[in-house]
Amino acid sequence: MDPALKDLGDYVAAALPEDVTRVEGAYGEVMLWTTADSLIRVLTFLRNDQNCQFKQLVDVTAVDYPDREARFEIVYNLLSFKHNHRIRVKLAADEATPVPSAVSMFNSANWFEREVWDLFGVFFSNHPDLRRILTDYGFEGHPLRKDFPLTGYVEVRYDEDQKRVVYEPVKLAQEFRSFDFASPWEGMLHLPGDEKAASGEGEEGKA
Amino acid sequence: MPEMQIKPLTLNFGPQHPAAHGVLRLVLEMDGEVIERADPHIGLLHRGTEKLIEYKTYLQAVPYFDRLDYVAPMNQEHAFALAVEKLLGIEVPSRAQYIRVLYSEIGRILNHLLNIATFALDVGAMTPILWAFEEREKLMEYYERACGARMHAAYFRPGGVHQDLPAGLLDDIGRFCDTFPKHIDDLETLLTDNRIFRQRTVDIGVVTAEEAFDRGFSGPTLRASGVPWDLRKAQPYDCYEEIDFDVPIGKRGDCFDRYLVRIEEMRQCLHIMRQCIERMPDGPIVVENHKVTPPRRSEMKRSMEALIHHFKLYTEGYHVPPGETYTAVEAPKGEFAVFLVSDGSNRPYRCKIRAPGFAHLAAMDFLCKGHMLADSVAILGSIDIVFGEVDR
Repeated sequence: MDPALKDLGDYVAAALPEDVTRVEGAYGEVMLWTTADSLIRVLTFLRNDQNCQFKQLVDVTAVDYPDREARFEIVYNLLSFKHNHRIRVKLAADEATPVPSAVSMFNSANWFEREVWDLFGVFFSNHPDLRRILTDYGFEGHPLRKDFPLTGYVEVRYDEDQKRVVYEPVKLAQEFRSFDFASPWEGMLHLPGDEKAASGEGEEGKA
Repeated sequence: MPEMQIKPLTLNFGPQHPAAHGVLRLVLEMDGEVIERADPHIGLLHRGTEKLIEYKTYLQAVPYFDRLDYVAPMNQEHAFALAVEKLLGIEVPSRAQYIRVLYSEIGRILNHLLNIATFALDVGAMTPILWAFEEREKLMEYYERACGARMHAAYFRPGGVHQDLPAGLLDDIGRFCDTFPKHIDDLETLLTDNRIFRQRTVDIGVVTAEEAFDRGFSGPTLRASGVPWDLRKAQPYDCYEEIDFDVPIGKRGDCFDRYLVRIEEMRQCLHIMRQCIERMPDGPIVVENHKVTPPRRSEMKRSMEALIHHFKLYTEGYHVPPGETYTAVEAPKGEFAVFLVSDGSNRPYRCKIRAPGFAHLAAMDFLCKGHMLADSVAILGSIDIVFGEVDR
């Protein structure tokens, strides 16, 4: 990693030892881990400190890891025009605990957080207007979660008799196919018959 | 007479309105003819691109990027290609870099022509759109000659570009660079000193630099507010480092400045394109690593290994090492970025698309407040909204 960026990460971590839990870096990008409670403190510091000056919140998004205890990673990307740096702030969240909204500091967070709420169902506290944004009026569910099916649950069509658009459960003319192209040598961790080798059954049977 | 409280009138603008630039539903709360609050309802063109990409291999994801901002398709592909290359750790050959920059700049002209023309149409000028679309058609022909499609190119692939430029194409683009300045001048004679155009745009939707930072503005919309910020200069990618060009900025940050910045950017695009044509190096157009890019057709006829590589790439695709990156390019509308998370498989685990128009449209309420109804159309035109990328 770029030494200047490494220094930047360490600098922030040293200034906020209780709020920044971890500093990572890869591909020339710095990443700070924090918690929902400290988020606002970290963002305030990043925006106001002379050596940071991250004046723009470029993007807020989330990544879903259903296996983890706190399944969502909320990702904030910031940009400093003065120092020409980017930094990424991350925190873990789940469906139940709200994340404090960053709208009070960056107005650009408004729609980005609405989008995360809409697509992932992460609740942002103190958000001025947390409505759905990309999905249909009256949509149910959060489509970018990994357990939401690609085809969704409902489909719409115009009904000639009722003279309006009606919602119906999805009917697929052909069953949804998810192709797994991973080669059996790399993709399959357990080949059929492996269990025999482990118990030693196959060998004894032959003998 | 006792004082009366008048309830603000709610006005629905769009989704089927020619000035809505696609499918924007704008709910306006009006006090007479003055806008008190603007609430854009988006998502009418939401196609779930990000979700679909999670179910496709890296190569199959490329065409989705054409369909985001369909006005300048290749610039979007550029961001995705760069992000994947970063995770794969591959360096694109020099010729491919120049081709990409050349075509990104063509895309920028395509975008600015359409934006200026439709913006002018929204505020009442009919002619520019007719003139601009003629030029756009020429540029799209260059797209077609390079990759076979006028719009949905799928030309910038991770590792380089799909195929080499046909003979004579660079000369024709060079000739275009000579004739096109005349067309920019013509457009300017219609608009820049036009009294009606100025009355409709000067001091409308003013944004200061601080407000632009706060609202997440980027691209010409940010530069019109007087911020000399261009990712091609500040965080150069591909061969932009070796290329000389100026970054135009505005003074006031109003609709008129945003228009002027775009006009000047088109001139700079031509300057960049000329340099690319002049310096276009010879050599390969994709990385010669057949674990990532397909082998040449002629090789496949002879070599068993090439055939296997081809088969594997077009069924399984390549595996990208685990990691994540936020890679941004200066798309014509602003900072277009891809936040790509890989889990080591052949499909992206998460691909967040950061569209510049999304942040710009989010500021619609702030920009429109206190303006007249007709100004909302001018503001919408000047911030350059295309719903393919806003709704994704």
